[in-house]
Amino acid sequence: MSVKILIPTPLRPYAGKEDCVKVDARSVGEALDLLTGRYAELRKHLYSDDGRLRNFVNVYVNDEDIRSLQKEKTPLHEGDTISIIPSIAGG
Amino acid sequence: MTTKLEPNQQSTSEPKLSKDEVLRYSRHLIMPEVGMDGQLKLKQAKVLLIGTGGLGAPLGLYLAAAGVGRIGLVDFDVVDFTNLQRQVTFATSDVGRSKLAAAKERLANLNPGIQIDTYETKLNSENALDILRPYDIIVDGTDNFPTRYLVNDACILLGKPNVYGSIFRFEGQASVFGVPGGPCYRCLFAEPPPPGLVPSCAEGGVLGVLPGIIGSIQALETIKLILGSGDSLAGRLLLFDALAMRFREVKLRRNPECPVCGDHRTITKLIDYEQFCGIRGEEAPAPAVTVPEIEPRELKARLDRGDNVFILDVREPHEVQICSLNGYLIPLGDIPRRASELDSAREIVVHCRSGKRSAEAVDFLRKAGFRKIWNLKGGILAWSDQVDPSVPKY
Repeated sequence: MSVKILIPTPLRPYAGKEDCVKVDARSVGEALDLLTGRYAELRKHLYSDDGRLRNFVNVYVNDEDIRSLQKEKTPLHEGDTISIIPSIAGG
Repeated sequence: MTTKLEPNQQSTSEPKLSKDEVLRYSRHLIMPEVGMDGQLKLKQAKVLLIGTGGLGAPLGLYLAAAGVGRIGLVDFDVVDFTNLQRQVTFATSDVGRSKLAAAKERLANLNPGIQIDTYETKLNSENALDILRPYDIIVDGTDNFPTRYLVNDACILLGKPNVYGSIFRFEGQASVFGVPGGPCYRCLFAEPPPPGLVPSCAEGGVLGVLPGIIGSIQALETIKLILGSGDSLAGRLLLFDALAMRFREVKLRRNPECPVCGDHRTITKLIDYEQFCGIRGEEAPAPAVTVPEIEPRELKARLDRGDNVFILDVREPHEVQICSLNGYLIPLGDIPRRASELDSAREIVVHCRSGKRSAEAVDFLRKAGFRKIWNLKGGILAWSDQVDPSVPKY
């Protein structure tokens, strides 16, 4: 399924300064693997050493948090948008 | 003639508007969505603003303008020259003054009829519950993770809504936490990032007008909560990309497993938030690497002597436009890829703005085999202070 992954500002330096990356994937996990395969430096910002998604980064498919769907197994549909939303604290 | 509320006069004992207030708020009163009922709700409302910086500026101004009867301000900082790019409650003449004193004066000038209370202290686990308790709504205008988690937890423990806003460079977030059945900040982000991963405004920069937009959104959400009208952001996370000029929203749900607002709560009192966020004392980036250093004056002496020192600048190209020591530019992120452009037989002094990034570069290059390499201690800022004051600081 052709989907796009929106890269938030704090992570763009590690994703070749891109704000949007297109991948072909059937699940969220597969899409993120393709993303970190393309941009290896992104991996340590998204995943902890034990391979789990970090708690200060949320992933959404369209407007739903994957934690309320099937997490990385969440299936994707053509044209879905994956958003990576990190915690920011500026004020 | 303006009716002035005495500081110790409870606004709830005066449930009417004076003639002056009717005129002042006429543009609210003539809208059925607000009307006299709504304006009286605003007059009787008590809102606490935590932080009087970038977000706090539009918050204070718009809530005071709207006639919120009691506004509390929490901050302990002093107005800095670099604040004026975005903290629009302050004037140039306020530089050096306490932010609370300057903000209170500005808001009182805008609306002398409201009560403004100030708490000149760093909010912590010992004082938070007492400071928050008298207020109806808490607004998070802070700039660091420990305080955000502290405010969240205190609001949940006290049963008060927490109007959230945050910014980074040119992106912003906003939501409303802590309404009955709604999510809290921990439902959204269970843990903060490790210290040093997300730069502060001082380190990463911020578009000055951005907190003006997000702070105004927070003021709007606060007013809607007071009036009980419209759809609040509770249960939604508003995302703003200023450069793309795009608002998006994602759904936010209460997490039944949340330790502070979930069904089986394990956090029933305030904790050590610095420890929770992985830092001790002041919010600080990850400890700097230890590398050989050279003081600016010593570098100057060596250059004057005609020593063959190679100066490597690891800042970004847009920083070179601000000021430069005419070094050879390789931005820090490119060092691994471009280290071959450097001659390890030469003596190399590496600099950046303040000495942090250049320390990382020196560390990397030493591990790559460079032996005659030093970090310029304090960076170009220290060079400006100690050697050449004509070099602008930024």
